[in-house]
Amino acid sequence: MRILCAVKRVPAPGARINITADRTDVDTTHLGFAMSPHEECAVEEAVQLVERFGGEATVLTLGPPEAEEQLRYAASLGVQNAVLLSTDGSPWDPQRTARAIAGAIETLENEDGPFDLILFGNESADSGGYQVGVRVARALDRPMVNAIKGIEPDIDGGVVTAKREVDGGFEVYRLPVPAVLGVKEGLNLPRYPTMKGRLASKKVGVRVIEAAAPPGGQSRMGLRQPPVQESTTVKLGDGPGAAPAVVDLFEELGLLR
Amino acid sequence: MSDVLVLAETDRGELAPATLEAVTAARSLDASTIHVLICDVTVDGDGAAEVLGDYGADTVHVVDHELLADFGPEAWGQVLVTVIEELEPDVVLACGTSKGNEVLAQAAARLDLPFVANCIELPADMAGTDDLTLTRVQWGGSLLEEAGLQAGIRIVSVAHHAVEAEPVGGVAAGLETVTPELDDVLSRTMCVGREMAEAGVTLSTAPIVFGGGRGVGSAEGFAPLEELAAMLGGRVGCSRAVTNNGWRPHRDQVGQTGTRIAPELYVASGISGAIQHWVGAMASKRILAINTDPEANMVVKADYFVHGDLHQVLPAVIDEIKRRRARA
Ligand SMILES: Cc1cc2nc3c(=O)[nH]c(=O)nc-3n(C[C@H](O)[C@H](O)[C@H](O)COP(=O)(O)OP(=O)(O)OC[C@H]3O[C@@H](n4cnc5c(N)ncnc54)[C@H](O)[C@@H]3O)c2cc1C
Ligand SMILES: Nc1ncnc2c1ncn2[C@@H]1O[C@H](COP(=O)(O)O)[C@@H](O)[C@H]1O
Repeated sequence: MRILCAVKRVPAPGARINITADRTDVDTTHLGFAMSPHEECAVEEAVQLVERFGGEATVLTLGPPEAEEQLRYAASLGVQNAVLLSTDGSPWDPQRTARAIAGAIETLENEDGPFDLILFGNESADSGGYQVGVRVARALDRPMVNAIKGIEPDIDGGVVTAKREVDGGFEVYRLPVPAVLGVKEGLNLPRYPTMKGRLASKKVGVRVIEAAAPPGGQSRMGLRQPPVQESTTVKLGDGPGAAPAVVDLFEELGLLR
Repeated sequence: MSDVLVLAETDRGELAPATLEAVTAARSLDASTIHVLICDVTVDGDGAAEVLGDYGADTVHVVDHELLADFGPEAWGQVLVTVIEELEPDVVLACGTSKGNEVLAQAAARLDLPFVANCIELPADMAGTDDLTLTRVQWGGSLLEEAGLQAGIRIVSVAHHAVEAEPVGGVAAGLETVTPELDDVLSRTMCVGREMAEAGVTLSTAPIVFGGGRGVGSAEGFAPLEELAAMLGGRVGCSRAVTNNGWRPHRDQVGQTGTRIAPELYVASGISGAIQHWVGAMASKRILAINTDPEANMVVKADYFVHGDLHQVLPAVIDEIKRRRARA
């Protein structure tokens, strides 16, 4: 199988997300970077499918040169190829992002043949536009379903069975290959990179393509904090001695039936 | 004044509550006419027109096509495109659920128009073609964004639960049938089956949730949380540190990439309260944090706090409940 995963480099904030003084961006001064947990699962799935069925996995990101870090991370988990669609790091709107990614996929497919499966995250961790994967699938005229938490390809049948998480269970879809899926965390349990994987990832060549596409109709004007929910914390006690106060609280709230 | 087209979300023939949120949001606009599109042929049109009229809809368009016996993102997106082209609304709106956002994205992709997901504030006047500024959520609700929108037809979703559905006592909406032409190829993404769990309290509906984090230390460490959940008819939740360690399945995860919970009481033990966990827990009516660190973010944001080792506190709470039940 030939599989492509699209991942986005995002800051990894802790207790709070700080904003720059001009209120246009997340203040990343003291932050590390990551990809969305959904996308980590996309990468893990690609690696597992290639382990099972053979073939190769490619990871692609659109972002600043520093996004090579996320590509190397994916490579350390077992992805064979990495593609950086490089930008100057300014935020790209979803239409523009999708156009550039679709264009790059066409280039890659013209060279080496179609990807059987293209995996996106259900939504990006930061901007959460819920659309880049759908737009890319449309541009390539491929079937696409979002919110997927289970993937089972039938290579001979040329279909992939995908399970979508809904309240109380799953819906089942059967897509003809080549197909596109938007996946959610919980699809699998991503592995941690091994030392061997980390060393191997240094040898993976990152192909750099300058990202190019006309902007779309959505733009980020500014960011702000949501209104804070003021709360004062009432201390119920220390250690096991607090148990009666805790059970009093259950009783008070009518939870001790 | 603007014409608004609302995409209804349905689940096997029933209108989803999210649809009523979307219609309520449409009403908050300077709307001349509110159209609602139902893409699911198994919905009872008359019943739907009555309910939706009560929430302020003027016309309900029910689709009639053999392909649409269930949900399918591409087919629904294509039907929406057909109706957009026919009605030429100023605004196309849905509730920002998983399916709402997906179908709007499908339609926007087909029309090559922008789509602004998960807005919490819309300008009242959304007619015309001037640039608009909308407020939407980023980071699963941890941050707000002012988003500019440049488009003749404004395709937007309203974040789930941002608007409370409210009836206005309107009369039944007019009913129209849509018979779109759909390419058979769209059957490729129709839902073909379901695997449903047994009904019961779920993480998102439980009255009390016992959440455990890295501080629990192991899969076995969750035994007292399980026991408490069983005793009080609640559910066990957890942080991503826990699912990443393989101590609990991901369906138990609370947070940005897990489940949003809204219990009467969330008991968060050994959880530091990272922002991505907090956004999944913040709709809880009350929060009790049990932590060895009085400075932990979860503690600071909680309503109640027990300072101590969860491995000592939780068994003591179990004993106390047993003692009181034995007495009663
Ligand atoms: C894009 C993105 C999405 C994410 N989505 C989610 C999500 O959906 N859900 C989620 O939970 N996380 C999510 N995370 C991860 C999140 O940032 C944190 O890493 C995670 O929530 C930390 O889990 P924790 O609180 O259990 O662990 P820690 O941060 O390690 O906290 C452990 C806590 O336990 C306390 N403790 C230790 N021992 C004891 C003891 N014996 N008794 C009592 N207290 C004790 C410590 O004082 C500490 O406060 C996401 C991250 C990213 C980047
Ligand atoms: N800059 C990017 N580079 C690579 N993939 C991206 C980028 N932005 C979005 N994606 C992919 O598209 C998915 C949906 O993103 P969004 O539409 O922003 O919610 C993400 O989970 C990623 O898989």
